[in-house]
Amino acid sequence: MNFVSFVDKFEIFQITAMRNPNEIVAEALAAIQGSADLPALEQVKAVYLGKSGQLTELLKSLGAMPADERKTAGARINEAKQAVEVALKDRRDTLQQAELDRQLAAETLDVTLPGRGAGRGGLHPVSRTLSRIQALFRSIGFEVATGPEIETDFYNFTALNIPEDHPARAMHDTFYLQSGELLRTHTSPVQVRYMQSHQPPLRIIAPGRVYRCDSDVTHTPMFHQIEGLWVDESVSFADLKGVLADFMRNFFERDDLPVRFRPSFFPFTEPSAEMDIGCVMCGGEGCRVCSHTGWLEVLGCGMVHPNVFKHVNIDTERYVGFAFGLGVERLAMLRYGVDDLRLFFENDLRFLKQFN
Amino acid sequence: MQFPESWLRSLVNPALDTAQLAHAVTMAGLEVEALAPAAPPFSNVVVAEILSAEKHPDADRLRVCQVDVGEASPVTIVCGAPNAAAGLKVPCARPGATLPGIEIKVAKVRGVESFGMLCSTKELGLEGAADGLMVLDDDAPVGEDFRSWLNLDDTLITLKLTPNRADCLSMQGLAREVGAITGAEVRLPQVDEVVERIQDTLPVQVAAADACPLYLGRVVRGINAQAATPRWMAERLERSGIRPLLAPVDITNYVLLELGQPMHAFALSRLNGGIEVRLARAGETLELLNGQTAELAPDMLVIADAAGPVALAGIMGGLPTSVERVTVDVFLEAAFFAPAAIAGRARRLGLSTDSSHRFERGVDFGATRRAMERATQLLLEICGGQAGPITEAAAGLPTREPITLRLARLARVAGVAIDADDVVRGLIALGAGVERQDDRLIVTPPSFRFDLTIEEDLIEEAVRLFGYDNIPAQPPAAPSRMLPQDETVLADDSLRQMLVDLDYQEVITYSFVDPAWETALDAGARPLPLANPLASQLSAMRTTLWGGLLETLRHNLNRQQARVRIFELGRVYRSQTEQPMKLGGLAYGDVLPEQWGAAARRVDFFDLKGDLEQVLGRALDARRGAHPALHPGQCAEVWADGRAIGWIGALHPRLVQAFDLPSAPVLFELDSEVLAQRRLPRHATQSRFPSVRRDLAFVLDAHTPAGELLAVLHDAAADAVRAIDVFDDYRGKGMGENQKSLAIRVVMQDTERTLTDQEVEDAVQKLVDAALRQCNASLRA
Repeated sequence: MNFVSFVDKFEIFQITAMRNPNEIVAEALAAIQGSADLPALEQVKAVYLGKSGQLTELLKSLGAMPADERKTAGARINEAKQAVEVALKDRRDTLQQAELDRQLAAETLDVTLPGRGAGRGGLHPVSRTLSRIQALFRSIGFEVATGPEIETDFYNFTALNIPEDHPARAMHDTFYLQSGELLRTHTSPVQVRYMQSHQPPLRIIAPGRVYRCDSDVTHTPMFHQIEGLWVDESVSFADLKGVLADFMRNFFERDDLPVRFRPSFFPFTEPSAEMDIGCVMCGGEGCRVCSHTGWLEVLGCGMVHPNVFKHVNIDTERYVGFAFGLGVERLAMLRYGVDDLRLFFENDLRFLKQFN
Repeated sequence: MQFPESWLRSLVNPALDTAQLAHAVTMAGLEVEALAPAAPPFSNVVVAEILSAEKHPDADRLRVCQVDVGEASPVTIVCGAPNAAAGLKVPCARPGATLPGIEIKVAKVRGVESFGMLCSTKELGLEGAADGLMVLDDDAPVGEDFRSWLNLDDTLITLKLTPNRADCLSMQGLAREVGAITGAEVRLPQVDEVVERIQDTLPVQVAAADACPLYLGRVVRGINAQAATPRWMAERLERSGIRPLLAPVDITNYVLLELGQPMHAFALSRLNGGIEVRLARAGETLELLNGQTAELAPDMLVIADAAGPVALAGIMGGLPTSVERVTVDVFLEAAFFAPAAIAGRARRLGLSTDSSHRFERGVDFGATRRAMERATQLLLEICGGQAGPITEAAAGLPTREPITLRLARLARVAGVAIDADDVVRGLIALGAGVERQDDRLIVTPPSFRFDLTIEEDLIEEAVRLFGYDNIPAQPPAAPSRMLPQDETVLADDSLRQMLVDLDYQEVITYSFVDPAWETALDAGARPLPLANPLASQLSAMRTTLWGGLLETLRHNLNRQQARVRIFELGRVYRSQTEQPMKLGGLAYGDVLPEQWGAAARRVDFFDLKGDLEQVLGRALDARRGAHPALHPGQCAEVWADGRAIGWIGALHPRLVQAFDLPSAPVLFELDSEVLAQRRLPRHATQSRFPSVRRDLAFVLDAHTPAGELLAVLHDAAADAVRAIDVFDDYRGKGMGENQKSLAIRVVMQDTERTLTDQEVEDAVQKLVDAALRQCNASLRA
């Protein structure tokens, strides 16, 4: 508040007799309109309506007036007061709105700038595929089992009905440790270990790393498999076909995906089969990926061989089982259109981030 | 195994085209790997004879030939081949012919009109020498279509046979199989006994009867080894991938392909005395047909004469006794070697022969004599000569025991009933003897099936012939039981997801690494070495995930990635019984991705530690420690459940240099099993009374770890103390040279009532006293 100007105006009032309220209103309205911000407006209010404001003083002077004049003069002064109050409120609203507008304008952001913060990583495509496969099998009651990657000859071969010097061993290019143990060539040993420690009925999948002594455009010395095993009193080859067809169609989200089973040979299953699916790249028309056959070999499977059951003391008369093993990288390649197996283990971030 | 379709069709000819036949055998378990035409397509090529070849009047290198193409009058053809000469029979492309890449028209060549083209093998797209005209046999019929004369409209079929089906490694076996699959009639080759014209024999003694239960030998004298191998035989050999060499050898190869019996022909004159089949003796060697000298092991079966081994039984013959062009007398061998006596030996010597491939899997011991007769018959037909009697040494041939197949079991395993009559018919077509007894079949497998010994083997055959496609795919019915869900163990997927959410990219690196990395990271590491690694940088099992992570970092830095945050969940390998699962990670570069709204800062130890605390869900018990791979001042051992579970720290400057990195990454590796352990949440009533906070600034020696002070304060804390945390670490102005100030926030609260000022002051005093006493820490003035 500007004290000096207040005193000046007070002095003016002292030497004037009762001023015309209308003049005061006109003067006040001009002052109100002329106030540039809220503090200035409050100052104007004090000059006219404050404790010793001009209109307040006029009201105080009423007491000295004759009674007959007092009533009309009082009404006039009150009207004047009201007019000033209304003007003050309007001006206050206007100034407040202007103030808010200014603040909002000052606080305006460039919302097109990128957001702030940490990034987010991603799963390796093989992990992603493993998770997806596990989720599908878990949804029908398969439990996840794991086993060691450095294995003994017994679990990797003998217990799976692959005796020493069996030609089937030539199908497995095995890495050996200098200690004589080996790197498992498939996830099938987990079957044996699990059956040793659990009684049927059994329903498991066993995901994990496997190793073969092979490296070229279509082979890496390490890759991932998922082994599946279902042992119960009444599972059959028809069930095996049902589960695997269901899996492939759900994995690729293609209800009409053609599947077929061909007789094959694995020492640990009999009857054995290879499962083919219609090529998901060309829709069966024939392309480079399916070697123009329209079919893709995706997994091996079969009914558990009685010799495997014998190694783990499961009664072959009471129980039947089926098993399958599928290559995770192969499914990942088909699902995501990856054309080179080796990319999975180069771990180039530009490659990996595509799957985030 | 590769063979021409025409050969198979000469034995069994189902009413199926090539593609249908291929599909039928594939779906029966004999996977067709490839179908290839025997020759590329061309048309209008005939067998022709050059009647005369005169030099072209205007070109030194061209000749003008009069050619008989089987028409009334010869045609004129200009030819540039150097070997064009009168009397030759050659293929001739007539005007209008289409050859690979060319169309033949009547054309003037240097002014002489030429009515066609005489062809080289290359021009027809056939294999063989390219220079000069393809010269045909003298008996080639002039005028006949060239393709049909050479039977070129044939398909080469390649099968990918499984190791159990050794019986299909011959045309006879395949024909039998195709007959069983398709129901078509099978006409096996007719083999008659040869008339013995001489009585010469070579004594045969088998010293290893287990390994060689049957050995047949026969002397044939007076052959012409140089006789031409007949075209039909050469063609079948070639189309089966075997190059014709010399008639006697071609004949034994032919019998191997036709009947599946590997045979061998010795030059009789090179043998010293009789034949002995025995195990090799220590130190013996043998120069093999391929020129390789094999060091023989005592478990290798050999054919020996008085002077030593002459053949590696069932694998390969010896060079010194092999049949040559000049050989007149031969000794033929047809034997049955037990699979177990052959298996693995060839591989150990780096060999894989047609013979070892078959013997390892099982050769029909019931047809050895038939093969011997067949080979002799062909030898006499082609090379002449006179055959002696067959010498036989036999003892303990395998037997085929009857197997019971229960039809109910078959239906149970298959999941569908299969008609018993169909099963019987199928098994008989496969060569088995079958007797039906009510609900079971008594089946005697044929001698050529080594894979039929138990009921499941027969179930497989029955299901295979029924057709896998004919078995319904049905969703199995099983009792609905829920899977256990242990709430106190975090699944691997959840652990991975936490790291992903903290901006780490998952990687998967090889389990085998360069042992040099391992010892660089820890001189005391003893990574398990592989006996047969693919390469030295993949030759040892990792003992830490850090090698692979650092290699991945380097790989990506070399590809313009400035910020690398990666993790791996995988095993490390100490022994067969100790292969713990680890969670390892690495962060390099700026803590945040480069952005406009946050200042850039390099990631450091505490960023990584904070990330791990997020994963763990509580404060990390990190203690000062020393790891050879980590910066000695920025390295901590992580503890949980009363034991050390791993390490966290900045890479040691020495290794930053060794791995050729621009600056140091921060790394961690922890036992994932312990990380996965979670507490089951337990509700406790929250206090309704106000809490009191007191901030205490302690001044203490700069080398005293905050953790030590916190531990002391925790020990001294009154019951009402709810939390003690560090909120500042100050050094510098106002502090002594070796001093720091740690600001500690203490929160107190009682569950039953409001704490009095006196209680609060007493509790604080207890903390202050303990800090002074045990850490020499005083309150900051």
